[in-house]
Amino acid sequence: MKTFTYRTATDVAQGLEPGATFLAGGTNLVDLMKLGVATPDVLVDVNRLGLGEVGDLPGGGLRIGAGVRNSDLAADPRVRRDYPVLSEALLAGASGQLRNMATTAGNLLQRTRCRYFMDATMPCNKRRPGSGCPAREGDHRNLAILGASPSCVATHPSDMAVALAALDAVVRISGPAGERTVPVTELHRLPGDTPDRDTVLEHGELITAVDVPSLGFAARSAYRKVRDRASYAFAVGSVAAAAQITDGTVTDVRLAFGAVAHKPWRAFAAEEALRGRPATRESFRAAADAELAAAEPLRDNAFKVPLIRNLVASVLEGLA
Amino acid sequence: MDLVVNGVEHSLDLDPRTTLLDTLREHLGLTGSKKGCDHGQCGACTVLLDGRRVNSCLILAISQQGASVTTIEGVDHPVQQKFVEHDGFQCGYCTPGQICSAVGMLDEVAKGWPSAIGDEELTDAEIRERMSGNLCRCGAYPNMIPAIREAAGR
Ligand SMILES: Cc1cc2nc3c(=O)[nH]c(=O)nc-3n(C[C@H](O)[C@H](O)[C@H](O)COP(=O)(O)OP(=O)(O)OC[C@H]3O[C@@H](n4cnc5c(N)ncnc54)[C@H](O)[C@@H]3O)c2cc1C
Ligand code: SF4
Repeated sequence: MKTFTYRTATDVAQGLEPGATFLAGGTNLVDLMKLGVATPDVLVDVNRLGLGEVGDLPGGGLRIGAGVRNSDLAADPRVRRDYPVLSEALLAGASGQLRNMATTAGNLLQRTRCRYFMDATMPCNKRRPGSGCPAREGDHRNLAILGASPSCVATHPSDMAVALAALDAVVRISGPAGERTVPVTELHRLPGDTPDRDTVLEHGELITAVDVPSLGFAARSAYRKVRDRASYAFAVGSVAAAAQITDGTVTDVRLAFGAVAHKPWRAFAAEEALRGRPATRESFRAAADAELAAAEPLRDNAFKVPLIRNLVASVLEGLA
Repeated sequence: MDLVVNGVEHSLDLDPRTTLLDTLREHLGLTGSKKGCDHGQCGACTVLLDGRRVNSCLILAISQQGASVTTIEGVDHPVQQKFVEHDGFQCGYCTPGQICSAVGMLDEVAKGWPSAIGDEELTDAEIRERMSGNLCRCGAYPNMIPAIREAAGR
């Protein structure tokens, strides 16, 4: 591991140091530092900023502190009651030990990646811009089918982020230039020609909280994840869904897909195709197809298209 | 920096790169916590940090100023006797991590934390899911399940 300077910040203003890399639970960052993939000069520990609480928003909804541990958030009674999709997504991720360290912001900002990114001896446009992308011709079974580019086909691996994207959550950010907010759906970028940038955050910007607005029908919501073993594995494909179904008709719906793109994929086209339609397997599948029409699978991951279609249908049937 | 390990206070002078796992093993001579994958994938390094189970290989010791750590050397819990009774291991390499994880897990169950399985009781399916962060290369899982189930009083 490369040497670095370590310092602890005790308030947000103090944490905003240009060029600093923030250390939260460390479960992604320390791993990448060990592999020589992340080489920060200055580590600012954000665990003592007092951002570890879940609060109620005026008028409903929750403000989730950036430092809330994934395990605490999954167990929060308000989350379990009002946003089961979020609790389920968190519990589907990683392991008990990792969730005890992993934080809201760290989970969102874990690197979009693939196995070549993690191997500093391999070329990778994300890690070393311009060096090439071995995944396109190599091992890409679990990589993107939507929104990829010739330069990068990696997927964002977070489960939690998929639920937050479906729930219209908004990220609160403090930076050297002041405060701003960004919807979770716009936090992560598509790779384009600059896959080295995972998100729209500028250097030195700190996430302080994530706001989840009130959404009455999210009390009927679910997260379903498919993976290569029963537990403790990254998703091969996943679906977060909330649905309002009145007299057999889908009156409103939120859908997002995981492990299909460089970002948590909010399925706006599928939602549009489903509103006002009968709550039947046929319309659920047709809605999924409306979104998946844009899919451009690689040699070995075309199976994700029917996988996501079937997942959408089965999750929505479970909610109907 | 200061760290309380198994109830004993230590004052340490560490390279900032030192993980909690290396601190325990190389600086404090507590070799019960094991280095398996060193990337948070196997659970052999599991310890209790301020009472919660964590992978000590992914934690920089320097970030835990003043924290209290319990390693297998400091664990005194019925799950240990149950592992012996049920032969919940073969080579034993993953066992300290399994035990620390089980102790942390039973505490999570007592606090009412949910799991991805969603059963009301601590069924065998629940135990498997909640313990999935600890791998066992020998495959001694079938004997760990009853050990943990009985330690939970079921
Ligand atoms: C073996 C293993 C299996 C896993 N399986 C899954 C899985 O199945 N599903 C899943 O979703 N995840 C999985 N993960 C990933 C895990 O969820 C992430 O590592 C974790 O959520 C990261 O959170 P952290 O707090 O530890 O972040 P850190 O590692 O501390 O930080 C991650 C990034 O976020 C930045 N950061 C942290 N906090 C802030 C802030 N407040 N503002 C700005 N930047 C910040 C850091 O600088 C860093 O770049 C797995 C990880 C491992 C090691
Ligand atoms: S898919 Fe992206 S992260 Fe993976 S090797 Fe290609 S450029 Fe790198």
